[in-house]
Amino acid sequence: MVNNTKHVKEPLVHLTRRLNVSPLFAWLIRIGAFILSILVCCIVSCILSPKVNFGSFFKYLFEGAFGSSKLVTTLLRDLAIYLILALAVTPCFQMRYWNIGGEGQAMMGAFGCSLVIANTAGKMPVWATIALSFAAALVMSVLWAVIPALFKAKWNTNETLLTLMFNYIAVCLGAFLIKKVEPKGTGILAFKEGTLSSLGVSDFWIIFLVAAVMTVFMYVYQKYSKHGYEISVVGESPNTARYVGINTKKVVIRTLLLCGLISGVAGYLLVSVKDSSFLSDSTTQSTVAGRGFTAVLISWLAHFHPLAMALTSFLVVFINRGATQVGNMARLGNSYAGMMVGIFFFFIIATEFFINFQIHFRAKAPAVPKEDRPAPAPEEPKPAEPGRE
Amino acid sequence: MIVTIITQAIRFGIVFLYGSTGEILIEKAGHLNLGIPGIMCLGGVGGCMGAYWAFRGGAPAAVVVLLAVFMAMLFGGLGGLLYGVFTITMRCNQNVTGLSLTTFGAGVLGFWGTQMGDQGILFARPSSYAFTPSLFFGSSTPNNWFTTIFMSHGVLVYLGIVFAVLVSLVLKKTRIGLSLRAVGENPAAADAAGIPVVRYKYVSCILGAAIAGVGGAFYLLDCTRGSLEYVIDAMGWLAVALVIFSLWRSDISILGSFIFGFLYILPRYIEGVGLAEKEILKVIPYAATALVLIVISFFNKKETQPPASLGLPYFREDR
Repeated sequence: MVNNTKHVKEPLVHLTRRLNVSPLFAWLIRIGAFILSILVCCIVSCILSPKVNFGSFFKYLFEGAFGSSKLVTTLLRDLAIYLILALAVTPCFQMRYWNIGGEGQAMMGAFGCSLVIANTAGKMPVWATIALSFAAALVMSVLWAVIPALFKAKWNTNETLLTLMFNYIAVCLGAFLIKKVEPKGTGILAFKEGTLSSLGVSDFWIIFLVAAVMTVFMYVYQKYSKHGYEISVVGESPNTARYVGINTKKVVIRTLLLCGLISGVAGYLLVSVKDSSFLSDSTTQSTVAGRGFTAVLISWLAHFHPLAMALTSFLVVFINRGATQVGNMARLGNSYAGMMVGIFFFFIIATEFFINFQIHFRAKAPAVPKEDRPAPAPEEPKPAEPGRE
Repeated sequence: MIVTIITQAIRFGIVFLYGSTGEILIEKAGHLNLGIPGIMCLGGVGGCMGAYWAFRGGAPAAVVVLLAVFMAMLFGGLGGLLYGVFTITMRCNQNVTGLSLTTFGAGVLGFWGTQMGDQGILFARPSSYAFTPSLFFGSSTPNNWFTTIFMSHGVLVYLGIVFAVLVSLVLKKTRIGLSLRAVGENPAAADAAGIPVVRYKYVSCILGAAIAGVGGAFYLLDCTRGSLEYVIDAMGWLAVALVIFSLWRSDISILGSFIFGFLYILPRYIEGVGLAEKEILKVIPYAATALVLIVISFFNKKETQPPASLGLPYFREDR
């Protein structure tokens, strides 16, 4: 009657990797997580502020994102900027080069652009300033991307930490430039001439078109070019890459060159088209304003697929702008949106787990009368599974 | 003058020391936690809450400090637990999780701060009551340069150094530390040797985050004398830099934290230098860290490398 065999404790939960995940299933999980994250944001907001209730939260959320045609263009423009930054870091991640320096690379792009505009605007023809500032943006950004890559290729320096440091060096250099140009200024370099936007072109269309072209380019580059193939081989297995004769170092440096070019464009667009100003301060805000870090998340969440990245950056911008509106209407302050975006990220990151792993719960114990069980092990309730439909 | 600078350098350096001690503990388990800035923000929120509650309740100074530290560790530890659940159990990408945690933590601090709003003064009184006064051995000694530099600090400065020394001793001298380092170097081998890898990872993630959380509380309650400032995440990144600068050793990071603190406050005290040049001074900690990274990769000595499996998820059933 008594269970004599030694009872080996079987873990309650057992994980296995899922092989061949169907895209439909993956997307269902992601959409579920998105809806769930919005619901959690809503609940948190309702708890935090008496001014928010279920209805008004969603009203403000959609108002902030799509409330007027101007807001929609702003939304699309922000989406495009995030998308360009995410496209820049994507090939690096694909070859498992953890470049979290997108922020600094774009910052140096903005730095180069501002440096030229601040020194040449008014002294040169506008077209020359524009061309020079664009070139400077590209050069600085490429420099900032390629230097860590050189060290990675040469001595295998940890690129995550090195690019992280480069981000902050870039911000400090930016602050230096601002103080150098306007020692008594407010900390913002505002440009009246020498920028693309001073020519009266629509900032929205330029940024949007650049993002669209780059998305298509990156899609083709990844999928149909030899470079894209080499990147994916290096990422999948460096040994395979070596055996088939791919020069890994060359691929790393070349890819970071591309990454620098795209980030440089993003930095240029931010200064010359979107803001017409340059801002760089380690403690408050900067021109890139953390978008480079968010772009890392956007790229990673979309599994490095350019078209999916358009969707993930849309979601991020949607949450950000919507939550900002909720925060404004309910007087919750500027940081409220950041908190909500953080919650959203957690949910989306968690989807990876449910997509990549299958959870097996301990098989039900054989039908033994309850009082005879060796250990009182009632079936525990399933842990919460965000993202499960 | 020079005495003031050194005293202040030690004081600000302790913020980095807390952050880096926590991060060292986490990184030694193979987890690169880029959420440290966010965790420090969370700790700051918790610490201020704890200090305020205890102070309003009329508790003695020691209790105010204890409750503040406890709450900071609780908040920081919860952040670490969140990070652990995502990166240890769910094997999500560590960089991405960390960055999200930073976004979230900075958001929480900013949000909470705005809600406090005009009541920010609330924390100035607990600060001057329990955190900034020097300890009993500092207040009764004669006032000269030695006592000013080494004995005039609030209690949390000494606690930070104690934490750093303890972590260093545990990592270097104990079996637990050896096992933890093994987990960070090669989790599969550690697992095969019977070390409970998951448990080690969780404990170090939570404990490390708790220590880092105290750093945030220390910054708000001691360095700023209880006024709410939102630069903790910038301090947090310097703490992450300090980990590398001190080659993943928390005993070296005591000295490193002093250097970082010195460079951090130096621009405030330098006169006759343009504002722009002061901005350039701020580059030095980051540039020095970058240089250290490059140099250690160049020499490629075993003792100075990052933990071998830093940033890689461990799943037993993977080959």
